[in-house]
Amino acid sequence: MQPRTLYDKLWDDHVVHVEPDGTTLLYIDRHLVHEVTSPQAFEGLRINGRKLWRVASVLATPDHNVPTSDRAAGIADPVSRTQVETLDANCRDFGLTEFAMDDRRQGIVHVIGPEQGFTQPGVTLVCGDSHTSTHGAFAALAFGIGTSEVEHVMATQCLWQKKSKAMLVRVDGELPPGVTAKDIVLAVIGRIGTAGGTGHAIEFGGSAIRALSMEGRMTLCNMAIEAGARAGLVAVDERTIEYMRGRPGAPAGENWERAVAYWRTLTSDEGAAFDAIVELDATAIRPQVTWGTSPEMVTGIDGRVPDPAEAPNPVKQADWTRALQYMGLKAHTPITEIAVDKVFIGSCTNSRIEDLRAAAEVARWGLRNGRKVAAGVRQALVVPGSGLVKAEAEAEGLDQVFIEAGFEWRDPGCSMCLAMNADRLEPGERCASTSNRNFEGRQGQGGRTHLVSPAMAAAAAMFGHFVDVREVMR
Amino acid sequence: MQPFTRLDGLVAPLDRANVDTDAIIPKQFLKSIKRTGFGPNAFDEWRYLDHGEPGMDNSKRPLNPDFVLNQSRYQGASVLLARENFGCGSSREHAPWALEDYGFRAIIAPSFADIFYNNCFKNGLLPIVLPAEVVEQLFRETDAAEGYRLLIDLEAQTVATPDGDVFAFEVDAERKHRLLHGLDDIGITLRFTDQIKAYEARRKQEAPWLFA
Ligand code: SF4
Repeated sequence: MQPRTLYDKLWDDHVVHVEPDGTTLLYIDRHLVHEVTSPQAFEGLRINGRKLWRVASVLATPDHNVPTSDRAAGIADPVSRTQVETLDANCRDFGLTEFAMDDRRQGIVHVIGPEQGFTQPGVTLVCGDSHTSTHGAFAALAFGIGTSEVEHVMATQCLWQKKSKAMLVRVDGELPPGVTAKDIVLAVIGRIGTAGGTGHAIEFGGSAIRALSMEGRMTLCNMAIEAGARAGLVAVDERTIEYMRGRPGAPAGENWERAVAYWRTLTSDEGAAFDAIVELDATAIRPQVTWGTSPEMVTGIDGRVPDPAEAPNPVKQADWTRALQYMGLKAHTPITEIAVDKVFIGSCTNSRIEDLRAAAEVARWGLRNGRKVAAGVRQALVVPGSGLVKAEAEAEGLDQVFIEAGFEWRDPGCSMCLAMNADRLEPGERCASTSNRNFEGRQGQGGRTHLVSPAMAAAAAMFGHFVDVREVMR
Repeated sequence: MQPFTRLDGLVAPLDRANVDTDAIIPKQFLKSIKRTGFGPNAFDEWRYLDHGEPGMDNSKRPLNPDFVLNQSRYQGASVLLARENFGCGSSREHAPWALEDYGFRAIIAPSFADIFYNNCFKNGLLPIVLPAEVVEQLFRETDAAEGYRLLIDLEAQTVATPDGDVFAFEVDAERKHRLLHGLDDIGITLRFTDQIKAYEARRKQEAPWLFA
């Protein structure tokens, strides 16, 4: 048999039917549902008198609109409240499993899927959310879909898809201390651009990727979509299998052994052909900070805001000029001289336990050295990705470290990643954020976002401006 | 879904790259539980001078005179001319809903983000990829001639300019068929019920834990 990529294997195992032009009916094993992209899908099912094909394939939770403080008081914004209540009602009517707002397992869809063992190696997993690429960290074929497709999967358990091309991003070498998965993926996007992976599924490989924890791999795959790829992938190894062990949704008994044997086959074969290969040297990656309004507008912490006059082409030049204007930045400004008004640690990119530990370590360092959240920083939020992450962090005392250092410790949800709830930037405010998108208005109209790792965000909070976390922690 | 066959439409240019779905329809409008009514809030943050929230009377809001779609010469446009990587970012189908509700039926760009491209077809909106230099030419011609229109023929897979230039574009046979006839995807798929059940039966043998 011809050597196959991991993507080929996942694809082949889910083909139900192929049309002459290659359009394929692909079987979907798992479906995550949240309140924003599902109401119109349920409405469509009702109008057409359709049922769900497989109720057990769905896990639902509200995350985008939920408040992150004083949850007992309910949702103040009536429009947000309606949307969350609509999800509750739809899940009740259609008999779906939902972790509602008051459930301790509630959280961001992309955090709770893996946490529950709902996400598994070898499955196809979809969600009406572009960051579904996150789950590819488990060698699952996972991608975001629109609401019509949400309805389609609910009604048929399938999707019509064209096979993508396969890209390999190989990162070899040891990451320097203080440099994280977030920095790897920002460096990749800086290299290939936000459309660099369009039409591809990106498999991340190489020794630096194998050395990452599952949390780190999720961060990496989460942002594959920011490189234009609908899906990110990491091959199964012992770390993947260890992560799965004992999760509520993980296979049990005899099934466990069978599943593990299958999972071990989920790697690209020796000699498998990729349509594109990108190579990065991990030892050369520095902590990354975005300076513009697209994740590809990124540089190292020791860099400067670029000069649009030096842009590679006229379209980019216009983009950079507009971005600097929106961001209120001057060309050539050293990144370390950029002061921040707010800090956000959270989102499906960086709200897992490891992320919170990394941020807390910087906060602890601050406390030991007489530093707290800097006076110029109006608000520094820490928003765990799920109720279970929150509980784990509290058991480790991380909440106390954050609170003592001047951070606010919140309840789980998307929060200031996209500001659909009350957590947002005011016009002109500048934020060090661990989320994944720095688009205009993403964190609140007129808000200015700089994407960084959790440790870099915590360090920016302690100093009031960006600093090189490698120097701080030395 | 309304079918798409031929369109003779006024062209409006949006001259920026990487237009993301957050810009096409800002998040506060995603709180709606309906599929319609997003048009007045398409490009809300660029289009109006004030901050938009759901439930506002949009006809009373101050328009941004610098935003291209507000110029009188582009009123009634049904073809949107755009730059590379159009529709990147969030998967929200509210973006094609907003564009369609605004009145667009086709979007021409050198490239589209995958999810957005896919979502367009579900909503009777035709995304057309043309080479960057052709798009450049169309931008120039749109700018030069008020009332500039393009003739788009999905059956023939062509875009024709008033000067008689005809550009061919690619589209998947399946997607084309469905769009031409305005077919409902779910209805088509349910015709494959037997195949889906056969797949499930086989998969249950191979990987029983997935169905446990
Ligand atoms: S945390 Fe942000 S990116 Fe992730 S699902 Fe929520 S809104 Fe989307």
